[in-house]
Amino acid sequence: MLDRSEILPLVIERPDDYLIIAGLGNAATDVARLTKDAASVYPLGGAMGAAVPMGLGLALAQPDRHVLVVTGDGELLMNLGVLATAAVQDPGNLSIICLDNEHNCLTGQQRSHTGYCTDIEKVAVGAGIRNTLTVESHATASAAAKLIQMDDHVSLVVIKVLVGDSPHYPHSLDAAVCRQRFRSDLLGVAR
Amino acid sequence: MNATEAGTATRVAGTIAMEPSQADWPHQIYASLRAKGVSHFCYVPDAGHRVLIELAQADPEVDAIPLTCEEEGIGILAGVDLGGGKAVLLMQSSGVGNCINMLSLIKHGHFPLLTLVTMRGDFGEQNPWQYAMGQAVEPVLHAMGVITLRANHKEEVIPMLDASFNMVHSGRQAVALLLTQRLIGAKKF
Repeated sequence: MLDRSEILPLVIERPDDYLIIAGLGNAATDVARLTKDAASVYPLGGAMGAAVPMGLGLALAQPDRHVLVVTGDGELLMNLGVLATAAVQDPGNLSIICLDNEHNCLTGQQRSHTGYCTDIEKVAVGAGIRNTLTVESHATASAAAKLIQMDDHVSLVVIKVLVGDSPHYPHSLDAAVCRQRFRSDLLGVAR
Repeated sequence: MNATEAGTATRVAGTIAMEPSQADWPHQIYASLRAKGVSHFCYVPDAGHRVLIELAQADPEVDAIPLTCEEEGIGILAGVDLGGGKAVLLMQSSGVGNCINMLSLIKHGHFPLLTLVTMRGDFGEQNPWQYAMGQAVEPVLHAMGVITLRANHKEEVIPMLDASFNMVHSGRQAVALLLTQRLIGAKKF
C-alpha cells in the first residue's frame, strides 16, 4: 500500500491539464493540496456517489477538455452502476482515479468492501470500462500516468493507498461557491 | 404510452388507447427542449417516456444517456451544468425515490435541474405497487427543495414546459414537471 501524498503527483503529472471532480473526504483534500485549491476543481463534501456521474456529465459537455474524477473507494462503491453508464457513453476525455485505502475514513475508518473481497478494477472491467489499471507500487505509476492521458476510451486507475487521514488542506465546503468559481473559471460566466 | 407516431393511436393489450392529438405532446416537448439548447437526455427506460427516449436516441446531435439508477442522472445534470451545457432527466415516479440524497448536491450547490416525471400511483392507477412512491413524489421533492408542476391535460404540457425551463435556467431553481396519469393514461392490470 502506498503513501497517497507521494503517489498521486506521480500519476497526475500535470494537474492543470484537467478539469477535476474530487470526491468527499481525503480525495478532496488530496486534490486541493495537489492543485492549491484551484478553481478548475469541483470538491464534493457530501452526496456520496456523485463524483463519477458529475465527471461523466462534465466530460460530455466539454469534449475538448480532459476531465478527471479523483475519489475514494467508499464514495465509488456507493454507486458502482455508474461505471456501466460511463462505459456505455465512453467519452475518451474522461479518466477516473480511485484512491483505495479499503476503509471509509470520514466515518471512523471502518473497513470497506475492497478491504474484504471486492475488486473495483474487476468491477470496472465487467461494467465495460476498456482502459483499467491497479497501481500497487511506484513501478506502475508512470503507466497509470500515461493511461489517464489517453483519449480513446474512459480510463479507470485504482491506486492502493495506506489508511489514514490526509493532512488538512483548506478548501470550500460551500457547494454553490464552488459551482460559481468553477463556471466562472471555465466559462467566464458570473452565475 | 403506446402511440408511436404523431397523430397515430394504437390499442395494445392492457393499455388505454390515446386520442391522436394526445400523442403530439412528446414530439412537441422534444422539439422545444432542443430549440432551448438541451442536448443531454438522461433516462432510465420508461414506457411513459418511450417516444422522448426514442427521439433522443435517433438524434445524432444529442447524448441519449441510459442510467442504471435515476440518482446518476442528478449527478450527470450537475456535471453538464459545470461544463456549460443543458440536460434533462426523464424518469418515472418510482425513480424519484432513488434520487433523494443526490438532490442535496442540487439544493446546496444551487444547480439548475429540470426533470420530467411520468406519474404512476396517481389518477386511476391499478398496480398497487406503484402507490407508495407515486404518492410520495411531491412530499419527497418538496422536502429536497424541488418545485413541482403537474400537467393533467395535453394543452398544459408545452406552457408548463416553457415555464419550467425558465424557472430552471433563469430562475435557477430545481423543477420537476409531473406528467400525470390524467395525461398519460393508466395501464389495465
